[in-house]
Amino acid sequence: MSLLCLAPILTQHEIAPRHFLLTFRAPAMAKVAQPGQFVHVRCGDTLDPLLRRPLSLHGIDRTKGTLTLLYRVVGKGTARLSRMQPGEALDVIGPLGRGFSLSLPFGQVVNEAVVVGGGIGVAPLLPLIEALLNQGSQVTVLLGARSADGLLGLKAFEQTGARVEIATDDGSLGVKGNVADLLKNWLTRGTVLPAGSGCVYACGPAPMLRTIWQMCAAHQIPLQVSLEERMGCGVGACLACVCRVTRTDEGKNKEISDDNNVKSSLALAADSDWKYARVCVEGPVFWGEEVLLDE
Amino acid sequence: MSRVASFPGAKPANSDSSRKSQMSDFQECEVQNRRDQVDNKQSPVNLAVNVGGIRMVNPVTTGSGTFGFGPEYAPYLDLRQLGAITVKGITLEPRLGNPVPRIVETPAGMLNAIGLQNPGVEAFIRDHLPYLREVGVPVIVNIAGNTVEDYAAVAERLDQAPGVAGLEVNISCPNVKKGGLQFGTDPVMAAEVIGAVRASTKLPVIAKLSPNVTNIVAMAESVAQAGANALSLINTLLGMAIDVQARRPVLANVVGGLSGPAIKPVAVRMVWQVAQAVDLPIIGMGGITTAEDALEFILAGATAVAVGTANFINPRATLEVVAGLAAYCEANGIKDINELVGWAWKMSC
Repeated sequence: MSLLCLAPILTQHEIAPRHFLLTFRAPAMAKVAQPGQFVHVRCGDTLDPLLRRPLSLHGIDRTKGTLTLLYRVVGKGTARLSRMQPGEALDVIGPLGRGFSLSLPFGQVVNEAVVVGGGIGVAPLLPLIEALLNQGSQVTVLLGARSADGLLGLKAFEQTGARVEIATDDGSLGVKGNVADLLKNWLTRGTVLPAGSGCVYACGPAPMLRTIWQMCAAHQIPLQVSLEERMGCGVGACLACVCRVTRTDEGKNKEISDDNNVKSSLALAADSDWKYARVCVEGPVFWGEEVLLDE
Repeated sequence: MSRVASFPGAKPANSDSSRKSQMSDFQECEVQNRRDQVDNKQSPVNLAVNVGGIRMVNPVTTGSGTFGFGPEYAPYLDLRQLGAITVKGITLEPRLGNPVPRIVETPAGMLNAIGLQNPGVEAFIRDHLPYLREVGVPVIVNIAGNTVEDYAAVAERLDQAPGVAGLEVNISCPNVKKGGLQFGTDPVMAAEVIGAVRASTKLPVIAKLSPNVTNIVAMAESVAQAGANALSLINTLLGMAIDVQARRPVLANVVGGLSGPAIKPVAVRMVWQVAQAVDLPIIGMGGITTAEDALEFILAGATAVAVGTANFINPRATLEVVAGLAAYCEANGIKDINELVGWAWKMSC
C-alpha cells in the first residue's frame, strides 16, 4: 500500500561532497516499507523542476516511524531538496516498487548473501543487509567507489556486523579495482555460495550491474539487481521507466503489428524473447534470470 | 538507532531555505490518501457537462497516457470523483514501445517518447476494462493505429465492449514511425481516419488534434465535417533535448512530445481559435495543474478539461481541479459551469 504524505523532515546532513542523508517522519510508510523500495519525492513547490525524484530508502525505522534517504545532488531537483530544512514538509509518495526478496524464487530462505554496491548504488543496500542479518543470513558486503571518499556511509555498513570488503578504482582504500573484481575473486576463491540458498544482491552503475549479471549467470548463482531508469509518474502509469525482461507469456511472437518494411525497434523485437517491464512497479529489483542487461 | 550519528563529519545541510513551512509541529505524517471532500451531488453549482454525448458529472478527465488504466492512481484518490477517465492509447495489436530513455525533464515540462506501448485492444477489454467499468465513471478510450483500417478495427471492437463511453482518436502521436502525427497534420488524412472511425462505431468520437500544424482551425473543421462529436485540444508539441556531455539527443527516439505547464499558453490559444470557428464541444488540455489553469481553457471555449502531466507531480491534481472549479463558481455566483464556456470571447465582443 502506497501513500501520499506531507512528511516533516527531521534531519538533513551532507555526509560527503554533494551527498546528503535526509530523514523524515512517516510512520505509516515506515510500517510497510521493504528494503529495495523507493519513494517519489517532490523537490519543492515550483513547476521547474517539474517532476518528482525517485529515491531509494537507505533507512527504515519502524519503531521511530522514520525513513532515511541517501542521495546525490545531480540536478536542479536534488539541489533544491538538499536545501530543505528540518521542520519543512516533504511531499512524498511511497513506498513504491518491488523490493529485495529475502528468499529465493521457490521459497528457500537466503542463507548466505553477497551484497554488492557501487557509488550511490549503496543507498538501498543498508536496510537489505539489516533484514538479511535479522533473519540469520550470513552476509558479505562488497563496496566499491572511485576513491575512498566516495564510499558512502561506510561506517554504517561496517556497524551492521556484516563482513565488508572494499575496492576503489585508485586503490585509496581496500583493493585497487572495482567491485565486480571483488565478486570475481570471491567466487574464484572457492567460497562458492551454497547451492539452493545463496544469493547475490547488487545495485550500482549500469556497467557494473551488467558485469555482475553476466558473472552470476555464468556461475548459475541467483542474483537480484536494483535498477535505475528515468522515471515519470513512479506508479506505473506513464511507461517511461522500462527495462527489458524475458517474455514468458504466451503470444510471444505475436506482439508486434508493424509492417515488415518498418525496421523500427518494434519490428526488430518481433522475433525476440523479451518485452518491456516497468522499473517503478515490476522493479526496481529484478531477478537476474528475468532481466536483460546486455547491450 | 540514529543513522545520522553513524556518519562522522556529518554537517548540517546548506541553510539557504526558501520555504520554511508551517509543518514544524507535525507529530504524525499527514496521510492525504482518500481525503476526498469533493461531493458532486452536494455542490450548489452544476458542474455536469456533456461532451458530444459523454455525460460527465464534472468537467475533469485525465490526459491519455498519464493515468494508465486507472488503478495505478487508485491508492491516492477516489476515482469515482472524476468526470471521466481517459486511458492510455490502445492499438489493434500489442505494441512494445520505444527503447529508453523515453522521458526527459525540460523547463516546466517534459518530453516523452513512449511509442504507444500498450497491450492491444483485446487485452485491454479483457484485463483492464472490467476494473474501469466497476469504477463507474465514463471511460474514454484513446485509440491509435498505423493505417485507417487499424483505427476502424479498434473502434469496431470497442463498440461491442460494454463500459466504453467514447473514443478519443489519437491522430497526433508524435512518437510512432507510422500513422499518428502523419494523420494529424494533413486535414484530408485526418478526415479519412475520423470518417472511418465514425462509420465503425455508434460511440461518441472525439478527435485529438496535434498542435504541430500551421492552421489548427482547418484541422478542426475537417474532422468536424468527417463526423467527430467532440475535439481534444491539444496533444504534445514536438520537441527534443540534447545531452551536452554525451553530445547526442537524450531520447532514444531523438524527438518526443512536450507536455506540462510549458505548453499551456499554446494550448489555450488553440482552444480559443477553434472554439470560435467550430461548433463542437472541446476537451481542453495542455499543462493544466490547477483549477485556475482549467478555467483558462473553459473561458477560452473548452467544455471539459483533461489533467495530464500534473498527475505525475500531484496524483490528486484532478480532484483539486474539480474542487477549485466548484469554489470559483460559488465565489463568483456562477450556478452552472457551462455558463463559463467561451466566456472570454463571448462576453468581450
